Amino acid sequence: MTRVLATAFVALNLFVGVAQASAPEKLSNPALEARAVALQKQLRCLVCQGESLDESNAPLAADLRVIIREHIAAGESDDAVKRYLVARYGDFILMNPPVERDTILLWFGPAGLILMGTAIAIYVTRRSRHRLMAEGAETLADEGPETGT
Amino acid sequence: MTGEIGQLALSLALALAVVQAMAGLIGSRAGGSQAAAIATSSAFGLFVFAALAMGSLIFAFALSDFSILDVAQNSHTAKPLLYKLTGAWGNHEGSMVLWVFVLAVYSALIAFTRRGGERMTSAALGVQGLIAVAFLLFILLTSNPFVRLDPPPFEGAGLNPLLQDPGLAFHPPTLYVGYVGLSAAFAYAAAALITGDADAAWARAARPFVLIAWIALTLGIAGGSWWAYYTLGWGGFWFWDPVENASLMPWLIATALLHSALATERTGAFRVWTLLLSIIGFSLSLVGTFLVRSGVLTSVHAFANDPERGKFILGILVLAIGGALALFAWRAPRLQTGSAFDIVSRETALLSNNVLLTAAAGVVFLGTIYPLALDALTGHKLSVGAPYFAATFAPIFVGLMLLVPFGPRLGWRRGDIVSALRILLPVGIAAVVGAIVVLAIVTPRSLAGAGAIGLGVWVIGASVVDAVRRNRERTFGWSAVASALAHAGLGITLLGIAGTTVWRSEAMDVLGLGDSLHVAGYDLRLRDIVAADGPNYFAKRAEIDVSRNGASIATLEPETRSYPAEGQAKAETAIRTTGFSDLYVALGDERGKGRWLIRAYVNPLAPLIWLGGGVMALGGLASLFARLRVRALAPQSYAAAE
Repeated sequence: MTRVLATAFVALNLFVGVAQASAPEKLSNPALEARAVALQKQLRCLVCQGESLDESNAPLAADLRVIIREHIAAGESDDAVKRYLVARYGDFILMNPPVERDTILLWFGPAGLILMGTAIAIYVTRRSRHRLMAEGAETLADEGPETGT
Repeated sequence: MTGEIGQLALSLALALAVVQAMAGLIGSRAGGSQAAAIATSSAFGLFVFAALAMGSLIFAFALSDFSILDVAQNSHTAKPLLYKLTGAWGNHEGSMVLWVFVLAVYSALIAFTRRGGERMTSAALGVQGLIAVAFLLFILLTSNPFVRLDPPPFEGAGLNPLLQDPGLAFHPPTLYVGYVGLSAAFAYAAAALITGDADAAWARAARPFVLIAWIALTLGIAGGSWWAYYTLGWGGFWFWDPVENASLMPWLIATALLHSALATERTGAFRVWTLLLSIIGFSLSLVGTFLVRSGVLTSVHAFANDPERGKFILGILVLAIGGALALFAWRAPRLQTGSAFDIVSRETALLSNNVLLTAAAGVVFLGTIYPLALDALTGHKLSVGAPYFAATFAPIFVGLMLLVPFGPRLGWRRGDIVSALRILLPVGIAAVVGAIVVLAIVTPRSLAGAGAIGLGVWVIGASVVDAVRRNRERTFGWSAVASALAHAGLGITLLGIAGTTVWRSEAMDVLGLGDSLHVAGYDLRLRDIVAADGPNYFAKRAEIDVSRNGASIATLEPETRSYPAEGQAKAETAIRTTGFSDLYVALGDERGKGRWLIRAYVNPLAPLIWLGGGVMALGGLASLFARLRVRALAPQSYAAAE
């Protein structure tokens, strides 16, 4: 049900026969290769959009994987590689949107939701407890064998 | 001829939906018995004509009647019969007919079961009628599947090969039973507000429909995820894709609704909130339909890219949600509050559940809508992907899983936390020990992975302990089975997600015949590549011998297929599962003469992801059975028994 389009593109490439000439790209230094893999997991495939560069089969993604490795092999930091790609492709290439003015609500909204929900829950519970104290509390037996839970 | 029959059936269905809406709403007033009876008959009539329209369309697809535009654009004579039939809903127009058909099935069920009494049934049918009118108008005015084509072409354009898969053939109907099923909860909530009879009765009346919807959503989401896993060729099972999120949001709200309604049915607590959740649940179904169908998203799911359709659905969305919320704002303040409860009680547990589930749904909504809204408002394009949801959604779910075991162990109104802690202590110890063992033994070492495994053990173990205790306390009925299964299923799915995400091994290489690839102790040797053409595709099949420690285990045969009619291709992966771990192999493209790209993965615990979904659905089924059984046993004392 997911990135069907993604696969459609991949598929199209397979069919049209846009064959990649080289073997799968890989750096010989395992530490650098690990950094490259970590990096490509945080970057979005611009063709398929649903998948990261790590997962995508699209030719552009393969090219970008090679470019990432060239930059890493040249001794650049992860941030520098990201900045290079964002400068060319925009924020869209980042799986994780940056924290900035436009994304304050996106990044702090979840915490706000939890705080708001918790505040309401505490208010409701306290009010209910006051009422319970006022009514005098007889507890309700737990349900019988065939009733609601 | 079928086209005309279908067209006529849709028109008559529209007329009957108008009657059902009017008669239903009039019949909801005191003394409206005659109108209520008309609404009931209209609902059955609507079902008959919606079924006729759906049947006509399926028939036209079966015959490959290319004089119908929809068939010509979406079918092909060479397609296997199954995919001709299921192709009827594999396109925008047909899927909307399916939507209305499922709605009509629910209307007929509401009319047949008459849950909640005559006035409430009538009001619910009235609201369902209004929804049917809106969607039938949408079909007839913007998305008519029976439009003729003259002259008809000799051959159709075909169906996206990705949709030609047994796993996906029944995915849309399953999801629609879920999406549209929430319309029944919505209709009953509106009925409760209209009739002013918003105590526990409406929640009891709506529950079976919410359960059916929830089971279908669970199966639909799990099925879709499984399909993505074996089709997309790299072993991923969830992508936080907007279309997936569109189904996850109603599921989260439906889960919250099932729990909140428990309290409403039992003690009358959270009446207002349960009503609101019913409205939100169906609203999110509509938002999902809008997202998928309006062309706002680029996806194969978004068959329609016609702005008129988007505007029309947006109109339906605004009217339905706005109308329901206005009704809610007008009537809800008059509702009485339910019985009080203490700080430690089943009610507070359910309240925490609802805070977390609703917040989780809110986070998914934010992550899905935010990029669209920001792009529309400022033109700033950004993407929200898996890392965002890992940082926001995952912590909420961890909190939820930590709390799940306490709910069933706390009594209504006033619970005993000490006794609950004493009962759960052994499970907690087992979970911590499990996490430590995983941390010590399993490589690569992962704290998050160990924690997730511990959390899974905690939830599953607590379900088992709860079931055992209830059996001893003689309160082990179907509803206890339901909660134990549903909660255990959640834990099982978590184990699967943890195993696959944290401990997956992968290898990828270009292999010639006789070359080998190694992944997690398996040796994969490419023995041969053979042609394996099917009825409407050409295919290459790899024969890969799998051995472990020199001993031959199996031969895996992944394929890549190309579909000439559609000009597209897809991969058929080969998966060998032990039940606890999957060896997953995909055949890529040819890279130079006789050399092929092969990707192989070992996904530990992967099957548990979908097994857990199935167990959750069984839990839903048990709960449904509990309801129907109560009713069958003692129709008179039904309300008293609960």
